[in-house]
Amino acid sequence: MPIITIMAKLNLKINGQVKEVDVDPSTPVLWVLRDHLNLVGTKYGCGIAQCGACTVHLDGTATRSCMLSVSMVGNSEITTIEGLSENGDHPVQKAWMDVDVPQCGYCQAGQIMTAAALLDKNPNPNDEEIEMAMNGNICRCGTYLRIKKAVKIASENS
Amino acid sequence: MTAIKTKIGRRAFIKNTSLVSGGLVLGFSWLNSCKPKVGLDMAAKELPKEWFKLNGYLKIGENGLVTILSPNPEAGQNVKTSMPMIIADELDVDWKDVMVEQAPLDTGAFTRQFIGGSQALRQGWTGLRMAGATARQMLKMAAAQVWKVPADEIKTSGGMLSHEGSGNSATYGDMASAAAKMEVPEEVQLKEKSDFNIIGTSQKNVDGMDIVTGKPLFGIDTHKEGMLIAMIVHPPAFGLQLKSIDDSEVRSMPGIRDVFTVKVFNDDYVKTFFDTRTYNEVAVIVGDSTWEVMQAKKALKIECEPIQSSTETRDRFGTTWEQHTPKGLENTEEHYAQMLSRAKKGGVVRRRDGNPEQAFSTSAKVIERTYTGPFLAHNCMEPMNFFAHVKDGKAELIGPLQKPEFTEQTLSARTGIPLENIDIKMTRLGGGYGRRSYAHWLVEAALISQRMEAPIKLIYTREDDMTDGVYRPTYHAKLRAALDADNNLIAYHVNAGGIPESPLYENRFPAGTVDHYLAEGWTIDSNITVGSFRAPSSNFMACAEQSFLDEVAEVAGKDPIDFRLELLDRAIKKPMKDVTNDYDPARYAGVLKLVKEKSEWGNQDANISRGVAAYFCHNSYAAQVLDMVMEDGKPKVQKVTCAVDCGLVVNPDAATNLAEGGIVDGIGNALFGELTFKEGMPTKKNFDTYRMIRMQEAPKEIEVHFVKSDIDPTGLGEPTFPPIFPALANAIYQATGKRLYQQPFLKNGGILF
Repeated sequence: MPIITIMAKLNLKINGQVKEVDVDPSTPVLWVLRDHLNLVGTKYGCGIAQCGACTVHLDGTATRSCMLSVSMVGNSEITTIEGLSENGDHPVQKAWMDVDVPQCGYCQAGQIMTAAALLDKNPNPNDEEIEMAMNGNICRCGTYLRIKKAVKIASENS
Repeated sequence: MTAIKTKIGRRAFIKNTSLVSGGLVLGFSWLNSCKPKVGLDMAAKELPKEWFKLNGYLKIGENGLVTILSPNPEAGQNVKTSMPMIIADELDVDWKDVMVEQAPLDTGAFTRQFIGGSQALRQGWTGLRMAGATARQMLKMAAAQVWKVPADEIKTSGGMLSHEGSGNSATYGDMASAAAKMEVPEEVQLKEKSDFNIIGTSQKNVDGMDIVTGKPLFGIDTHKEGMLIAMIVHPPAFGLQLKSIDDSEVRSMPGIRDVFTVKVFNDDYVKTFFDTRTYNEVAVIVGDSTWEVMQAKKALKIECEPIQSSTETRDRFGTTWEQHTPKGLENTEEHYAQMLSRAKKGGVVRRRDGNPEQAFSTSAKVIERTYTGPFLAHNCMEPMNFFAHVKDGKAELIGPLQKPEFTEQTLSARTGIPLENIDIKMTRLGGGYGRRSYAHWLVEAALISQRMEAPIKLIYTREDDMTDGVYRPTYHAKLRAALDADNNLIAYHVNAGGIPESPLYENRFPAGTVDHYLAEGWTIDSNITVGSFRAPSSNFMACAEQSFLDEVAEVAGKDPIDFRLELLDRAIKKPMKDVTNDYDPARYAGVLKLVKEKSEWGNQDANISRGVAAYFCHNSYAAQVLDMVMEDGKPKVQKVTCAVDCGLVVNPDAATNLAEGGIVDGIGNALFGELTFKEGMPTKKNFDTYRMIRMQEAPKEIEVHFVKSDIDPTGLGEPTFPPIFPALANAIYQATGKRLYQQPFLKNGGILF
């Protein structure tokens, strides 16, 4: 059975700008960002929303972009790690550098996006709330303690 | 100060590469690749107009800024920060004036540009110091010429040269141009360790800013004009090979450029040690975008056929061995049954001290236990990938790999492209853990690019990454101990094997602490591909040995730490004659004593259950005390206290991070890590079924204590990983009364085995 794909021109609000893309509307936001807009800070880890490496903000909510079809975005605002701050000075990014969280670093953009969305909604989370929010983000290097510490520091400084 | 030769015979360790490349290296071409180190604190600094290259490792700008090239790939173990720190200290510059770049593969300028076995710092240590010290000496020689004073009267500090007698002083930047023209001195002075002022201080990750802002640091982020995306389709099960592909539906799919098969190695090629390849022939789909190729991948039909049993000659760095690959579709349950029955036949005796048979038959008590461990998948967060552009007999390759020197030779042999026409650029690795030592995907990428006559990026999906792996083998160990009437350990017997490798280290503890000792190993062939996985073999043997010794100590009625210290004490005070042990018993005892003190052993809260374990591997020593409680039938780790002796610690906070990582990773693999096979097919393909440790399961607290030492650095990437498995098992026993003999400890992620 031949597979027919209709390409669609879509206007996406990304990091405060409107970007036009011409893609198969079933394409996940992750691949639109990475392949079509050269925003590669958002990472591919599993493709099934299990690891959190692809986390972006959709209207401020942490969302796994690997299973979110671009056609579903509509008017919502997408924020990626590149748009979290202009100069890498978001309180979460600063705390990440203070604590020197990363080892390999691959999962950290997703971790930071999840943490930033958490603090936006809950500026003073306790340990359980941090664990609950961050549990969907896998770090294979095992930097979880530093991530938790950095979230707390960011919470104090924001 | 220690003098060190920069040449031995005709072999020069340090070369003035500016002479080779024709004088000064102009700044312009470097500007794009030179980025400030930590971002914020470097932002105010102007980049120099010119760079003067003093040797392969470093160049100095006319304004005193220094760029240090970090030779080895960075996988998260922090070598990209720690290795340049060593050079900078010997060069005698301020760390804030240093920028770091990842060096490309350049076997002429560098030695041992690979990572694995926790050896980067240990093996790099002297060479890195020499690189910094040589450049410092050349700066002094340049100043001596200008000032007309003896070079050995010139002092250096913080990027400044000064001569007390004449009152002259200059910056390194002032002298860089003249220094670049100096002959490399044959002998240079290294600093006294007590004079180090960068080594031993905590410095932040040089890529920190780029990581937290999502800059394209990883191979998978590579993007080039006209680049196509490639993915593979491999047979679904070990024991099968590709017979044919039916691409009729796929060719007309949107964005698809080509579909074909690639044979990674030719039939007559003698594979070297790191040429391990799961499926030698795979189908390839090339297209315009990742999502389009992923869709085509689902639609491609492949036909497979059973492999035949084969024997091939492999080359292990000059010596050959025969690798047997049996036909058939293998099953995990059969693996465990085969190992149980194979162990009963005994193995090849690898060490025998005293008369173990007699000691066992005349002893007061014999304890015998059997331990097993499953295959493990590496699951690096960045799936395997590589960029390749092969054009006009030249190959440009960009991506993450651990052993570029070896992979370059493999690629040259496969494609006929001479080594000098192969350019491998190393990106940051989104995890390595051994998996990226086997860089067959680089060869695949080059072959695909060659065929497409276009730049391509090959990406494995997570499913490909997990099911087309080079896994940790599955293991089995039968351990026996004999006690005399006074509960002294008088004999020890280890019988350890695996599919298809044995995990046995016959000269490890407790060898050398007991008069009667027998170590035997065996293997069972398999067609499932295996390779290095963080602390190979140790990651299983530590758990078997240290869980077993905990049980033996209990039978002997002794405290588990005191029991180990007694054994080590014997090896220290009455070393056995004519035996070789891998480890130094005093350093081994040192970490046990330190962890005993720091954990306040014997003083714990009544609600807490504790386990202890220690292990030696990769030239370093680690001991851990793990505190936990049971919650909803699962262990909840409250705290891990860890003592490490890895010699001199170059970057303490980064080292602590790495030690913490080994502990968290170890707890995760101990509880959940497992890859099983049904009819040759991996039964787990992604993170929905392959459980990885998550934040809720990580310890609440980890304390890392390094033994104060000025011994040259030894390994750290691996040593904290193996002992945490048994520390957890021993704590679970204290909490539940249940001894654990099988990894992972939680069956199906839930119930204790």
